[in-house]
Amino acid sequence: MTGPRDGLSRARCLAMIIKEFIQMRRDRMTFAMMIGIPVMQVLLFGFAINTDPKHLPTALHVAEPSVFARDLVTALENTGYFQVTRHVDDPARIPWLLASNQVQFAVTIPVGFARAVQRGEHPVLLIEADATDPAATGNALAALDQIAHTALDRDLSGPLRSLRQPPPAFEVRVHRRYNPDGITQYNIVPGLMGVILTMTGVMLTALAVTRERERGTMENLLAMPVRPVEVMIGKILPYIAVGYVQVILVLLAAHFLFQVPMIGSLALLSVGVLIFIAANLAVGFTFSTVAGNQLQAMQMSFFFFLPSLLLSGFMFPFRGMPDWAQAIGEALPLTHFLRIVRGILLKGNGVAEVAPDLWPIALFLVVITIIALNRYRLTLD
Amino acid sequence: MTGAPVIDVHSLNKSFDGRRVVEDFAIQVGRGRICGFLGPNGSGKTTTIRMLCGLLTPDSGGGTCLGLDILREGAAIKRQVGYMTQRFSFYEDLSIAENLDFVARVYGLPRRRQQVAQALDRLGLTRRSRQLAGALSGGWKQRLALAACTLHEPKLLLLDEPTAGVDPVARRDFWDQIHRLAEDGITVLVSTHYMDEAERCHEIAYLAYGKLLARGTVADVIAGSGLATWRITGPGVAALARTLHSRPGVDRVALFGQTLHVSGQDPDLLAAALADHRASDGLHFQPAPPTLEDVFIHLMGEARDNFS
Repeated sequence: MTGPRDGLSRARCLAMIIKEFIQMRRDRMTFAMMIGIPVMQVLLFGFAINTDPKHLPTALHVAEPSVFARDLVTALENTGYFQVTRHVDDPARIPWLLASNQVQFAVTIPVGFARAVQRGEHPVLLIEADATDPAATGNALAALDQIAHTALDRDLSGPLRSLRQPPPAFEVRVHRRYNPDGITQYNIVPGLMGVILTMTGVMLTALAVTRERERGTMENLLAMPVRPVEVMIGKILPYIAVGYVQVILVLLAAHFLFQVPMIGSLALLSVGVLIFIAANLAVGFTFSTVAGNQLQAMQMSFFFFLPSLLLSGFMFPFRGMPDWAQAIGEALPLTHFLRIVRGILLKGNGVAEVAPDLWPIALFLVVITIIALNRYRLTLD
Repeated sequence: MTGAPVIDVHSLNKSFDGRRVVEDFAIQVGRGRICGFLGPNGSGKTTTIRMLCGLLTPDSGGGTCLGLDILREGAAIKRQVGYMTQRFSFYEDLSIAENLDFVARVYGLPRRRQQVAQALDRLGLTRRSRQLAGALSGGWKQRLALAACTLHEPKLLLLDEPTAGVDPVARRDFWDQIHRLAEDGITVLVSTHYMDEAERCHEIAYLAYGKLLARGTVADVIAGSGLATWRITGPGVAALARTLHSRPGVDRVALFGQTLHVSGQDPDLLAAALADHRASDGLHFQPAPPTLEDVFIHLMGEARDNFS
């Protein structure tokens, strides 16, 4: 190429391009993230996310066994949305199962249901739904309509044939528990609390420690008599305070802007918040012991944040995901925190209902802290 | 030397990625001595200093610092050592006073406020104490760093090229201060590239390619080099330098402005090599003791020949 001396030079462009590629290749972490993030996104979005969750765990209370009851259950399961995981003898256990997130639905077939159907009394079939996440229950509840019309058709033959539609042989009454109006904000706003704490917590700590290394102040710090655990506490405590400020802001917004109900104990919530923030900060601290510079720390934070966002049940119904994705989700603190915060605010859950989700976060915190302290070097080796 | 040496290490080795950075290093430094640490870039000075204060673990070897084992008692050593890094490593986004306060808290100093106030006063920075450390000039940063790393009254100071990039006046002040500290009984190990600074040390150690090549007072090191040197002045020394370079008996030729330093290990051979040129007009030949710089250049050249 000939041209004016100061025009666009192919050689100079090439020099820049080659240099840029070499630097890209040298920065292994960035390179891994460039490949890793799209792969992770495709896998998560493509395979794990399902906005039409099926086989939702359902508790069944049959007060009086009958042919009708059996066929009704079969019909429910045949919709694909309901899967009976619990047979409950004592109907008083149903609220616990719903509150502690063990089932999504509870079906109660009352005493005398069969007789009432036969007599044409159109008895009521009660279905209680954990409606905190309207997206998780919407399609299943829509499928119920059909059931009342067709579930018992096979049984209603001969003299009972007249009970076939319309009107249906029994009435399905749905109780949308915790969020009767199906308001999405009730689910999203408390969830956002967890998302915000995860994102800022991990990133801020990861950057805070990496910054020390990048600016050379880490060498000085290491030469002083500061123990690793002291550095870790010093880095984490201020951000716990920051986390609480964020929680208060979200709660204020939830209350005044979105009128999100707050039934449970805020004191209990603050305990959950403490453990959850600490867990996220410990993750950030661990990342900072691996990351070579602030950019890498940032990328690693995203690497953690993405599955937290997608697999925790914040954006998409948790129960819609395949088992492997649910297993990953169960390992993430956000998954459990979402259940805790939604449970306390919307369901009014107490210690007993919250505990099953509290200890996994605590365990996560302990494991990550051990890793962080092992990775944090007292020397520059 | 009074009592046990403050630094007493032997056969220290350290490799990074299979590259020997420090090789069989041993040194003893007595209390209140200022020991200059010299050597070309990459000779292992920083690595050695880091091993002494527990920032790096030696691959093999060991010894004591302030009577404490460098391998096992790193935490106790850290409390009594002041380490000044090559690069300013206090917090640029903290003010001068806040930096000193942080250090005072980390070392758990009693009467912290008073100590920080006194340090600021000694520095002459009381009025600027709220200024961010990042806004200070190189010389002031260096003074702040020295104040910060002597705040806990360490018994041993490890200074890694403390005067790099600092102007001559600030350097002179700095060295006056180092001598005052040494008079108070503080032992100082200071790495530097400046010959005038080396000459202000009580003793020097010269490292090249990870090996200790010379050790002792400046006079010891010069005498120990066994180097004969001639100083040649006059017009045309630059041309002479090129001619002499390849002559037998001439090991090093170094030009300092209008003065040529020619040195060799064999005095007779060197004299013979110069003899041919002594008749040249206007050139003045004079045998002279080698300067420290001559010796270092000689040592470095020898080391390069031996190790590369």
